[in-house]
Amino acid sequence: MSPPDRSFSENVRVAVADPQLRRAMHHVKEGFIGKRAKAAARLPEFETLRDAARDIKDHTLAHLDLYLERYEAEVTGRGGHVHWCAGPAEARAAILDICRQAGARTVTKGKSMIGEEIDINAHLEAAGMMPVETDLGEYIVQMRHERPSHIIAPAVHLTKDLIEADFRAQHRQFPADRSLSEVPELVDEARQVLRQRFLDADVGITGANFLVAETGSSIIVTNEGNGDLTQILPRVHIVIASLEKMVPTLEDAATILRVLARSATGQEFSTYTTVSTGPKRPDDVDGPEVYHVILLDNGRSDLLDGPFREILRCIRCGACINHCPVYHAIGGHAYGSVYPGPIGAVLTPALEGIEAAADLPEASTFCGRCEAVCPMRIPLPKLLRHWRERAFERRVTPKTVRAGIGVWAFFAQRPALYGFATGLAARLLGMLGGRRGRIARLPLAGGWTRFRDLPAPEGQTFRSQWATRGAARKGQRS
Amino acid sequence: MSGDRERVLGSLRRALGRGRDAAADAAAHTAVVQRIASRQRGPIPARSQLDPVQQVELFETMAREQAATVVHVARGDGVPAAVADYLKAANLPPRVRVAPDAALTALPWDGQPLLEISTGRAAAEDPVSLTGAFAGIAETGTLMLRSGASHPTTLNFLPDVHIVVLRAADVVGPYEDVWDRLRAREGDGVMPRTVNFVTGPSRTADIEQTIQLGAHGPRRLHIILIDETDETP
Repeated sequence: MSPPDRSFSENVRVAVADPQLRRAMHHVKEGFIGKRAKAAARLPEFETLRDAARDIKDHTLAHLDLYLERYEAEVTGRGGHVHWCAGPAEARAAILDICRQAGARTVTKGKSMIGEEIDINAHLEAAGMMPVETDLGEYIVQMRHERPSHIIAPAVHLTKDLIEADFRAQHRQFPADRSLSEVPELVDEARQVLRQRFLDADVGITGANFLVAETGSSIIVTNEGNGDLTQILPRVHIVIASLEKMVPTLEDAATILRVLARSATGQEFSTYTTVSTGPKRPDDVDGPEVYHVILLDNGRSDLLDGPFREILRCIRCGACINHCPVYHAIGGHAYGSVYPGPIGAVLTPALEGIEAAADLPEASTFCGRCEAVCPMRIPLPKLLRHWRERAFERRVTPKTVRAGIGVWAFFAQRPALYGFATGLAARLLGMLGGRRGRIARLPLAGGWTRFRDLPAPEGQTFRSQWATRGAARKGQRS
Repeated sequence: MSGDRERVLGSLRRALGRGRDAAADAAAHTAVVQRIASRQRGPIPARSQLDPVQQVELFETMAREQAATVVHVARGDGVPAAVADYLKAANLPPRVRVAPDAALTALPWDGQPLLEISTGRAAAEDPVSLTGAFAGIAETGTLMLRSGASHPTTLNFLPDVHIVVLRAADVVGPYEDVWDRLRAREGDGVMPRTVNFVTGPSRTADIEQTIQLGAHGPRRLHIILIDETDETP
């Protein structure tokens, strides 16, 4: 499975030098940002809805134990089964057990990041079953033995010529000379192949965008309809969801749904929003006979108590990823984690430990766009800063960085010396820049100057300019 | 994994500081019960607060924007001809699987001898389905379809073409109105196995962000609106 076991900095080096990835990532910048802005502008209540959505989740998280108990009672009362799972191993065991009991051979899957978190496909395969990803993007990355590079657009790192090559290699049942270079042809071919899988499936696994305490329902939001074919055709429907997907009522779900699609794809509403409650009823002529919910904790209950609670408001829309300049530059795989981008940089250290993921909170310019667009108003830069502090406290920050910060701290605690040293440095760098005002090479700044020139400082430091202006303002007032 | 139930819940309770203050625990419990009972609504977009005629207009505009097609018939008995006309004009197979809903099966299909009508759940090879709708939501041009004996869910997803009959009187403003109608008609707390909110035909943008209709679900969504308000279709 990708991503490869390289260090983050090595992944970044490879990613920024990949011209195919550059072309593919161009679509993210061009597509998602404009569409979201347009959708948000079209709904005057959008900002009010963001506040309301945040408040719903804050209330739910503060009562999460109680809502989960109510939810469980509702699911059970309607003939479903709830499996509480502390971690990935327990969740996999529960799923495999259900699949074995159902005598499953083909297991279709709707898109689920929890599925990625527990790496369920590998375990289904090891148990002799065939997991089939049915979301088009997921189908493509599964075919390539890759992981999704984006939480809502799994194959966004690929261009259509690469996908065509994969389809030609894998779909041998079609004539070799068929035309397959255009998007409609690719979509149509996948539709044909997957249609049979839907019909063959013994078990269907979907994720959940929401779990509703009031009715014991799970809700999925899709555009393709694959999540629906996944859950209504097989005999068994398994929902895999983490604890924080909970909302109190159907009304609360409606409020958050209003910000979800607009933030994710810029749609007014996704094509399909499906509310599933228990197994089929006695007089239903279709639908699953058995309904299971895998409730995964995997670190969420720990996050509830402490500075990272706000990350549990996340509804996985991907807006922070779509707007992140670092993500635009390196794509999703370079992060080496299940969740990429700002949300991944906050969540991964929580799931895997800061020691294993100390690089990720560093992968931010703190430009603040992620927080500005987050529909749930999660203060992502603040949370990234918390992780950087923890990494420093636990001494997992690299030695050179620690030494650099140490030097800076020495000067910062001596303001006069700091002013003198930065003034001197500004003059020296200014001279180094020469008449062009740009520096092509500088010791310790190779990471910058390898790809572009460093602009040389012009004139005085910020602090001395600030002091001058402050004096001028005081002069004006008196 | 019953063993994990207490472990996970215990961990949540510790994180939330339960068991330290009985009064606070009781208050939290009351807050949850009341919250669920209240069905408190969030901010409702002003765009959905219209008179019934404008609501139907908004529904139509929004549905069309999402690539659905919409036609009007004056009364329910005009539906069979509207179905035949649509399939003929689009050069689609005249084989229709109709939901086992008396309101639909009782329509005058005899007047359309070229249509091949059958009822029941969808089979893999069915080209066209016809179902009713519980409601239309004006806010985003969304249909609400609920599963049940008279509405198999497979009809909403397997066929290439999905035709939906919607009474204008069943068009509401915001999503929340649908929940109230469902509770009023089915009884409080009753939920169908599946509730589908459908806005336009199936689509994907997974390849180069290019929107392509007909990913896995229907390639076309056609809505027949019955204008007459005092009649069931």
